[in-house]
Amino acid sequence: MASHSESIIREPLITGKDITYAQITNDVLRPVENMPGKAWWIGFSVASLGAMLWVFAISWTFWFGLGEWGLNKTVGWAWDITGFVWWVGIGHAGTLISAVLLLFRQNWRNSINRSAEAMTIFAVICAATYIAAHMGRPWMAVYSLPLPNQYGSLWVNWNSPLIWDVFAISTYFSVSLVFWYTGLLPDIATIRDRAHGIRQKIYSVLSFGWTGSVKTWQRFETVSLILAGVSTPLVLSVHTIVSMDFATSLEPGWHTTIFPPYFVAGAIFSGFAMVQTLLLIARKVLGLENYITMFHIESMNKIIMLTGSIVGVAYLTELFIAFYSQNEYEQYAFANRIAGPYWWAYWSMMTCNVITPQLFWFKKIRTNIPLSWVLSIVVNIGMWFERFVIIVTSLHRDFIPSSWAMFYPTWVDVSVFIGSIGVFFTMFLLFIRVLPSVAMAEVKLLLKSSSEQSKKKLMADGHVEPAEAEFYIASLEKYDSVDQSEYLKA
Amino acid sequence: MSSTKYILGVFDDPDEMMHGIDKLQKNSVPIYDVYTPMPIHGIEAKLNVKDSRLGYAAFMFGCLGGSIMFTMVYYMLVHDWPINIGGKNFFAIPDFVPVTFEWTILWTSFGMTFTFFFATHLFPGRTPRVMDLRATDDKFVIAIDAKGNIPHDDITNLLKEAGATEVKHNTRKYVSYE
Repeated sequence: MASHSESIIREPLITGKDITYAQITNDVLRPVENMPGKAWWIGFSVASLGAMLWVFAISWTFWFGLGEWGLNKTVGWAWDITGFVWWVGIGHAGTLISAVLLLFRQNWRNSINRSAEAMTIFAVICAATYIAAHMGRPWMAVYSLPLPNQYGSLWVNWNSPLIWDVFAISTYFSVSLVFWYTGLLPDIATIRDRAHGIRQKIYSVLSFGWTGSVKTWQRFETVSLILAGVSTPLVLSVHTIVSMDFATSLEPGWHTTIFPPYFVAGAIFSGFAMVQTLLLIARKVLGLENYITMFHIESMNKIIMLTGSIVGVAYLTELFIAFYSQNEYEQYAFANRIAGPYWWAYWSMMTCNVITPQLFWFKKIRTNIPLSWVLSIVVNIGMWFERFVIIVTSLHRDFIPSSWAMFYPTWVDVSVFIGSIGVFFTMFLLFIRVLPSVAMAEVKLLLKSSSEQSKKKLMADGHVEPAEAEFYIASLEKYDSVDQSEYLKA
Repeated sequence: MSSTKYILGVFDDPDEMMHGIDKLQKNSVPIYDVYTPMPIHGIEAKLNVKDSRLGYAAFMFGCLGGSIMFTMVYYMLVHDWPINIGGKNFFAIPDFVPVTFEWTILWTSFGMTFTFFFATHLFPGRTPRVMDLRATDDKFVIAIDAKGNIPHDDITNLLKEAGATEVKHNTRKYVSYE
C-alpha cells in the first residue's frame, strides 16, 4: 500500500493540525513564490557585503601576490588551508544526511536533506576558492590536471595526496551537485506547474520536463538509492584524502595514522553544527516549524554530541601516542600545542569541541533552541581552531630553532576568511529564495505515516496500547510546534 | 464519437488511488499512466513496470571509470615518465587506489544519472507533458486512454466509486502545451 501507520511510540516528523499535501506545498513554496521579508533582506545585505569583501580581498591577493598574506618562510600554510579544511568539513554533513541517512532509512532526513545538500555544495565551492587562491596565480590551477603539455609531457605526480585531493574534491562536488539536482527535479516541477509567465518558462527548463509518471518515479528512486550508496564511501574518502595531505608528510603532529577517521568525525561534527546554525534560523524565518521539528533538532544535537566525543577521544589518543611513541619531536609538538605560544588556540579548540558539546547530554539543553544555536556556533569556532592548531602549531616550530616563527594574519587573510562566509551565506540565501528549501515530495511521503495528525487519528481509533500512547504524549512535550493544550486531557 | 481523448481520475489520497487502480484492472480497463506528486511504493508492481536496470548501468560505468583512471595512471607513472623516488617501485599500486576509487564513483554517478535522464527523456528545456497541473502538487491522477475504452460513463463511475474527487474527460492529451 501507499502508506502504513508507524508505531505510535515513534515521535512525529510533521506536526500541526490539518496538514494536507497542498498545505505542505504552500508552506514550503511560500518563500519562493512571494517577495522576501525584511529578515531575508537584512541577511542578504550583510552576506553580500561579506561577499564583496571577499571579491576585494581575493582581487588584492591576485594583484599583489601571496606576499599580502601573513605567510612566512616557516609557516607557509596557515589561514588558507585552515579555511579550506574547515569548509570541506562543513560540507560533509549534507552528504551524511542525504546519503548515509537514506541508506539507514532514517525518515527524519526527508525534511532537512535538501538544505543540507545545498549547504554542502556552497561549502565545497568556498573550499575550492581557497585552493585556487592559495596558488597565488590561479590560472596555474590547470597544472593540477594530467593534461599533455610541452614539457615532455610532464604529468602530475600521482603519488601525491595533493593530486588525490584534486580528484577527491572535484568528484565530491560534482557528485553532490548531481545528487542534489536530481532530487530537485520533482520539486522544481511543482513550482513550474503553479507558476505563470516567465517564471513558468524558467522553471520549465530547469525541471527537465518532469511529470511524475510511475516509471520516472521508480527510476528516480533507484537513482537516489545508488547515488546514496556511492556517495557514502565517497564522503568518507574525501576527508580521508584531505587528512592525507597532512598525514603523509613528515611533520611532527601531522605524521599520524589516526588522521583519516579523526578528520572524518570532525567533518561530520562541524557539518552538523553548520546545518544546525542554518536551520534553526531558517525554520523560524521561513515558518517551517512543522516540518523541521524538535525531533530533528534533538537528533542533530545527538549526532553533534557523538561526533564531538569521537573527536575528543582522537585528541586524547594523539596525546597518548605522542607520549607512548617516546619520539621527542612528536612529544614536543604536543607539549608545544598545549603550553606553547599558541596555547590559547589549543584550549579554545578543546573547550569548544570537547567540553561544551558534552552539555548535550542534558535533554533540557539539547531541546533548547537558543542554546542549541549558540552551541552550534561554538562548535564551528572550535573546528576552525582545530585546523589552525594542527596546521600552524606544527609548522611554526621548525626543526631548526633559528627558523622558529609565529604567524600573524594580515587584513587580507582575515578578509578572505570573513568574505568566504559572506559568499557562503549569499549563495544559501539566494537558494532559499529560488528553490524549495525542503524536499516537498519526500515530506509528503511522511504525511500519512509519521505526522502528528496521523498518530492522533491512530489514538482516536483506539488501536493503541494506553501505556504506549502515554509514552508518546510525554515525548511531545519538548515540541515547540505542538499545541500542548490538546493533549492535556488525554 | 465523443471527442474525449483521456479520462483522468483525480484522487486526493494515495490509498484511494491504489484502490482505483485495482478497481479499473478488475474491470479490464487498461491504465495509460499514473501521475503522482511523490513516489508511491507498490504501484509499479500493479502497473507491471519492469524493475529498473539502472543498477547494471551504474556498475558498468563504475568499472569503466576505474579502469580508465588506473590505465591512465599506469601509462603516465610507469610507462611514459617513471619517476625515481628513492628507488621505490614505479608501479606503486597503493598510490593508485585513491584516484581510481574517485573516478569509479564519478563515472558511476554521472553515467547512471545521465542514463536515467536519457531513458526517461529528461533534459533541460523539454516541454513538460502534463495532463493535470495539480499532479505535481497534491493530486494523484490515473490517466486512461479514452480511445477504445468505452463506455466512458462506466469508467467514470468506477473511478468515482473508488473515491476519485473529480473525473475529467480531456479532449487534449496534455494541458501544458498552452
